Amino acid sequence: MAVDLLTARLRGAVGRLLRLVLLLAAVAAASFTLMAHSPIDPVDAYVGGDIAAIGPEQRAQIAERWGLGDPPLERFGAWFGQLLQGDLGQSLTFNQPVTQVIGERFPASLALMATAWLLSGLFGFSLGVVAGVRQGRVADRAICWWAYTLASAPTFWVGLLLLYVFSVSLGWTPVCCAVPVGVLAEDVTLLDRLQHLILPALTLSIVGVAPVVLHTRHAVIHAMASDHVAFARAQGESTRGVVVHHVLRNAAAPAVLLQFAALGELFGGSVLAEQVFSYPGLGAATTAAALGQDVPLLLGIVLFTTVFVFVGNQLGDVAHARLDPRVGRRPSRGRRGRDGEPAGLPAAPEAFPPPPTGEPEPAGRGVR
Amino acid sequence: MTALLALPRLALGDRRRRTLAYVGLSLLVVLGVLVAGGLAADPAQTTSLADRNLGPSADHWFGTDRLGRDVLARTLTGLRLSLLVGVAAASISAVIALLLACLAAVFGGVVDRAVTWLVDLFLSLPHLVLLILLAFALGGGTRAVVVVVALTHWPSLTRVLRGRAGEVMSSDYVAVSRQLGRGRWWIARRHLAGHLTGHFLVGAVLLFPHAILHEAALSFLGLGVDPGEPSIGVLLAESMRYLTAGAWWLAVLPGLCLLVVVKLVDTIGENTRALLDPRSHHL
Repeated sequence: MAVDLLTARLRGAVGRLLRLVLLLAAVAAASFTLMAHSPIDPVDAYVGGDIAAIGPEQRAQIAERWGLGDPPLERFGAWFGQLLQGDLGQSLTFNQPVTQVIGERFPASLALMATAWLLSGLFGFSLGVVAGVRQGRVADRAICWWAYTLASAPTFWVGLLLLYVFSVSLGWTPVCCAVPVGVLAEDVTLLDRLQHLILPALTLSIVGVAPVVLHTRHAVIHAMASDHVAFARAQGESTRGVVVHHVLRNAAAPAVLLQFAALGELFGGSVLAEQVFSYPGLGAATTAAALGQDVPLLLGIVLFTTVFVFVGNQLGDVAHARLDPRVGRRPSRGRRGRDGEPAGLPAAPEAFPPPPTGEPEPAGRGVR
Repeated sequence: MTALLALPRLALGDRRRRTLAYVGLSLLVVLGVLVAGGLAADPAQTTSLADRNLGPSADHWFGTDRLGRDVLARTLTGLRLSLLVGVAAASISAVIALLLACLAAVFGGVVDRAVTWLVDLFLSLPHLVLLILLAFALGGGTRAVVVVVALTHWPSLTRVLRGRAGEVMSSDYVAVSRQLGRGRWWIARRHLAGHLTGHFLVGAVLLFPHAILHEAALSFLGLGVDPGEPSIGVLLAESMRYLTAGAWWLAVLPGLCLLVVVKLVDTIGENTRALLDPRSHHL
């Protein structure tokens, strides 16, 4: 029995890995094709401002050395071969290997995104629970209105507002960067880092809170209307007890799934927030790569974020299955295509299949 | 007097009327912005070095920027551009989504799997990174932005429409039609089209805000419309240098206008969706 379970797990893991590899190959091929057909001349992009100082012979030499005259398929083969060896090439803007740029800058972005992720998850979930419990009341309407408004707010505008209020007017937080200017790296305290981190993270979490609020609210309303809650109420459970014992877990599953599926969105937001706050993370590197016509770095970031989003979705699936035992027990993972389930589209109903006959709803087990 | 006060309340009482009122109101706003944006194109580029970086006043409601240009005029021109980009992008994306979803539903099998795979591929990257990659590959500029925003907003709507179409295609009456020897296209036209129209329209309206916001984001990063053209993203990017000097109006007011326009369109979409499908409460 245990061996069966183990092989099933293993098979699942291998399948996931295989899918990731196929996905990366497809993304690599697609982005290579795009770059090969781009109107941007790679030699011009490489030489930059000094282009006037270069004669046609030198251009031809650079093109020759880079193999620009070779057929595209051959170039793709060469590039892909290097990719497989873990060599993403040399970044032109940072003058470092691409892997090194990503390795150095991702931790800063990760700290930012993790803070924002936790904040928006906690805020969004609590607000969603409040709205769902108080459905139709003033609190619910206010929260919904707020969430819908935030959903239409541009991330960078929210960032600029916060920057103006807290950094420029009140002077509570620094205007730029991830660490104080002119301080040695070893002298930077955790508090300094937090102080630099808090505004970008707040920006991201304010904007990212809306889907969590609305989906949690929906799940809470659904759970509050279910039979096990009615039964608990009939036994004299208070609203507070009902929410804590019978609703929270049901509502948590879709919220967690959504939070993990929103990692791509979060990275997009961090590109904008890092631009506003001059925060030196991977998002700022993405902008710099595109503006500086740094093709190797851009392709490296594209592949890296693909892995990032994929891992997020897989973690979301695992966490969802933990929280909602019905999901894990289904023999096949239902219809394929969970990857990157877009936030806000009818994904949540899948989390509520009709309960198997004869079995109580999971949260209903708490009924005393 | 009381009758006058009671009338609007009565008229806006139910959701249908409220939605229609919203639609009318925001269409007016949108038309107003389009006209005003067209009229403001000249003042938006007129510099007047004597009134640089002035705060909001009776002469310049939104203040002036570093070259003394009127920010209200620039905002209106920018909004006009945003609206045009949004309309073009949302309609193109919605049509792509409809075509793909119908193909997947009508042919099924390999075509269906190919469409699903394509959707997954497009969703496997953060949307903004995809936009940056495509904008970069097309060489930037206003035209590239429209193309890029139009070509990347269809996956989520395709998924919704495909799911809906799949439901219809697996229903009993379609099975009966098949048994009666009706062709695929007859079924698509007679059974599928009616069910998808509502979702398609709502989906198209709801794509619109995303498209506008992404255009603004790309322009803000400097990868969108040409920096000389006043777009909301460009305005906000320019405002960043003067924000630390206290010129809040450069950032706050244009962004607020964008928020209002996006929110209006979003409200239309959400309300229409609630009218068409009262059971759906999703974002």
